Amino acid sequence: MAYSEKVIDHYNNPRNVGQLDKAASEVGTGLVGAPECGDVMRLQIRVNPETQIIEEAKFKTFGCGSAIASSSLATEWVKGKTVEEALEIKNTEIVKELALPPVKIHCSVLAEDAIRAAIGDWKKKNGVAEAAEAAAAH
Amino acid sequence: MKIQSNVAVPAGVQLPIYMDNHATSPLDPRVLEAMLPYLTNKFGNAASRNHSFGWEAEQAVETAREQIARLIGATAKEIIFTSGATESNNLALKGIAEMYRERGNHIITQVTEHKAILDTCKRLEKQGYRVTYLPVKADGLIDIDDLKRAMDDKTILVSIMYANNEIGVIQPIAEIGKLCHEKGVLFHTDAVQAVGKIPVNVIADNIDVLSLSGHKIYGPKGVGALYVRRRNPRVQIAAQIDGGGHERGMRSGTLNVPGIVGLGKACEIAQEEMTSEAARLTGLRDRLKAKLEAELDYIHVNGNMEHHLPGNLNMSFVYVEGESLLMGINDIAVSSGSACTSATLEPSYVLKALGLGDDVAHSSIRFGLGRFNTEAEVDYVAAKVIDVVKKLRELSPLYEMVKEGIDLTKIEWAAH
Repeated sequence: MAYSEKVIDHYNNPRNVGQLDKAASEVGTGLVGAPECGDVMRLQIRVNPETQIIEEAKFKTFGCGSAIASSSLATEWVKGKTVEEALEIKNTEIVKELALPPVKIHCSVLAEDAIRAAIGDWKKKNGVAEAAEAAAAH
Repeated sequence: MKIQSNVAVPAGVQLPIYMDNHATSPLDPRVLEAMLPYLTNKFGNAASRNHSFGWEAEQAVETAREQIARLIGATAKEIIFTSGATESNNLALKGIAEMYRERGNHIITQVTEHKAILDTCKRLEKQGYRVTYLPVKADGLIDIDDLKRAMDDKTILVSIMYANNEIGVIQPIAEIGKLCHEKGVLFHTDAVQAVGKIPVNVIADNIDVLSLSGHKIYGPKGVGALYVRRRNPRVQIAAQIDGGGHERGMRSGTLNVPGIVGLGKACEIAQEEMTSEAARLTGLRDRLKAKLEAELDYIHVNGNMEHHLPGNLNMSFVYVEGESLLMGINDIAVSSGSACTSATLEPSYVLKALGLGDDVAHSSIRFGLGRFNTEAEVDYVAAKVIDVVKKLRELSPLYEMVKEGIDLTKIEWAAH
């Protein structure tokens, strides 16, 4: 598989690898995918309760190079955005940025799912009303 | 963090390293040397009976036939040249099915065969043949009792591969052949991975029809052969390509003389060097395995290691996805059973047949050691794989969860 330079860069130097305390109230955790499908992403965000800005994002991914790159890119993109802004991120933008081939589009979908799952978890913890809506909309 | 690995390259090791010799092998320079005259001055058609160009080509072909026959314990007249093992397998199965149709319509094979067998069988099923696909045990071997039970009075052919191309497991061929002969059933084996690597003898193994290929044994691509037994029993095969009646009428088409010369030479070298080469490759394989096992947890070997090809090692590095591992070791050519490396996005059907979960199949790497691999290369490959697997596990949520004592099977994963 010939990958784009951006995928290779994210693979070689993944950004924001690690974990946040999933018990903390300001942290939202999204765990998506399945081992038998060959990819599992865990994306975590730390949200400032005052501003609703995502101040920190961490990920760990089991998956192919484009799954790693998609989730690494997702952490870069959500950082500094408000929760609502982060929900605007579309998988097609990830596909474009990383020049993913058609067979790897599901990796970008998974990254979008991971963002939504992490935000959903944070909303649930913090009793934000839209949590149910966001989950239903997906 | 950085996945990129900076493992030192030992002196004398040139990158990239080729360690995928089950896929294909490099041409041995001695084979090339034998072929060259037949690509230039000695260009005659082996079927030209009335001039010296033809005689020269025919002589070269007959020499190759003998070299091949000698390697597998056959006689020269029993060797039919083809374009490769895929054609040999097609010719064997379709040719026998057609020829013996009145005797019966049942064929027995097994689930871990190469696609050249499985897809041929599927086509035969569409034409009204009945095919039994025997399962394999967790170690990749078939159960002889399963084979016995599958045979009935309509069975005309059993086709079981000698050694598997992914997991290197060697089937009990002599036992299978004996059973087939007792029952009066023809026995074909796809011996592509075995011929030239381990002793193969069509008499001792009771083989009636055998497929082999040039490019797996340091010979050229585009040439293979089919052994067709002439006595006890005399096997008849209906031609699948019609034309000038070459190869005793079984396979028409002008012979690929340079390719055939190369295949013959490759067989001769393999026979001379088999004992020492097998010992050397077994040593290298075991060295690689020992190094990986010493440094990494949650790894396991796929396939029975006792009945195993010398140069094969198939390992799963659990909690690391195979394609991402290949990306990290991109100066080493190996292959993976991961779905992400296949066109179909399905993990290896061979590994799944062993009962491995998809997650473990996704994590597998096949190392295929060959004639030109060195100990220094093995040491580099081991160091690099260890380094990249450790880094990818730092990146793996699954590895972290397992280390924390979480049972992954208890999590409700959202399949996608």
